[in-house]
Amino acid sequence: MNINLTLIGQSITFFIFVWFCWKFVWPALLGVMQTREQKIAEGLEAAERADKDLELAQKKATEQLKEAKEQAASIVDQANKRASQIVEEAKEQAVAEGERIKAAAEAEVEREISSAREELRGQVATLALAGAEKVLGASVDAKAHAEMLDKLAAEL
Amino acid sequence: MASSSEGLTATGYIQHHLQNMTYGKLPAGYARHNADGTSTVLENSTWTLAHSSQEAKDMGFTAIHVDTMGWSILLASLFCFMFWRVGKKATEGVPRGVQSFVELIVDFVNNTVKDIFHHKNTMIAPMGLTIFCWVFLMNLMDLIPVDWLPSAAMWVTNDSHFFFKVVPTTDPNATLGMAISVFALMIFFSIKEKGAWGFVKELTCHPFFAPKKLWYLNIVLIPINFILETVALIAKPISLGLRLFGNMYAGEMIFILIALLFSVGLVLGVVGGVLQWAWAVFHILVITLQAFIFMVLTTVYMAMAHDNHDEEH
Repeated sequence: MNINLTLIGQSITFFIFVWFCWKFVWPALLGVMQTREQKIAEGLEAAERADKDLELAQKKATEQLKEAKEQAASIVDQANKRASQIVEEAKEQAVAEGERIKAAAEAEVEREISSAREELRGQVATLALAGAEKVLGASVDAKAHAEMLDKLAAEL
Repeated sequence: MASSSEGLTATGYIQHHLQNMTYGKLPAGYARHNADGTSTVLENSTWTLAHSSQEAKDMGFTAIHVDTMGWSILLASLFCFMFWRVGKKATEGVPRGVQSFVELIVDFVNNTVKDIFHHKNTMIAPMGLTIFCWVFLMNLMDLIPVDWLPSAAMWVTNDSHFFFKVVPTTDPNATLGMAISVFALMIFFSIKEKGAWGFVKELTCHPFFAPKKLWYLNIVLIPINFILETVALIAKPISLGLRLFGNMYAGEMIFILIALLFSVGLVLGVVGGVLQWAWAVFHILVITLQAFIFMVLTTVYMAMAHDNHDEEH
């Protein structure tokens, strides 16, 4: 219980060990602990970010699906429209073609009629002359009566 | 132990337990009493181990307690080595085993110091850790049954009067030595933070200070302040050291008194065993608490040394 040199010895010991702990023990341990703390914080943050990203991606996926569906529907719609249009066009074309054929046939008939008429006209003079010869019993000079004959033919 | 030397009374047993192993200088002409009643007179002053409490006392200041120094250095080395090794091998990944234990303590000390000490000084927290672990380990020696290590030392040295006190904190030299170191740091940081003039001002102008109009009052107030502040300043390390010493000394004393029961008889011996166990369990709280208090008070004193009162005047 006497106070002696131990007092000073213990003081020196105290300083030596505090210094050792300060220089070698504390920085190593605290450094590791702080690095880990930072790592954990970063990890948590990354997890949160990933969660958010996932949510965002899901939202985007649904959106895209919806869009695709809409697009498909519109394409089908358009195709239907186009099909009916084509049918319509075909119908119109067929009608026009029919009209054209009919017109051509009519023209042909007209032409036949007029040619038959021309032919008839040519023969009328001869027939009339022959008829008149028969009636008069004498030959009729075709040249002398040509004017009259032509008039007749024109009346036909 | 009491049974191993039959001449020993209860008082002798207690006194023997409370005597440190002292290595010191005996003056020339000192009469040493031998075991057989004769005495030898020293021709020259000699450095030697004290054979009795009287000799240890007569050595005065030029003596050192080998057991106190040995145990405290051994325990501090143990602490430093363990923490240093863990720190060197520490992984930034998941801490396991000793590392988690060490980190738990470091974290605890770091948070405690951070709560108290708000200045920038990297030395305070490691000092807190050293104090906490070191004082705890020294106090922990108290839980080893009081006779084991002294008996072992007597057996090794084959000397039934061999003094061996294993708990360094029951030696006022150890606790006051640490307190003096803390005191030195307090003054060092006070002067470093506030300057010598600031430190003097803190001691002289502190609780009472007259305004400029009544400046002559300060002639009376400064000595009053100086006495008050000096007493308060010196009381800090003394209370710090004596608190730890007192607690540990009282605890050790009770262990020794309980140990006396073992030599009385079987029934009282059993009672003593139960009492010793109960006191040891209670003591676990005391040793931890005392280590914690020493650390916290040191940190508080350091914070006070860094605090600048200048802005108040």
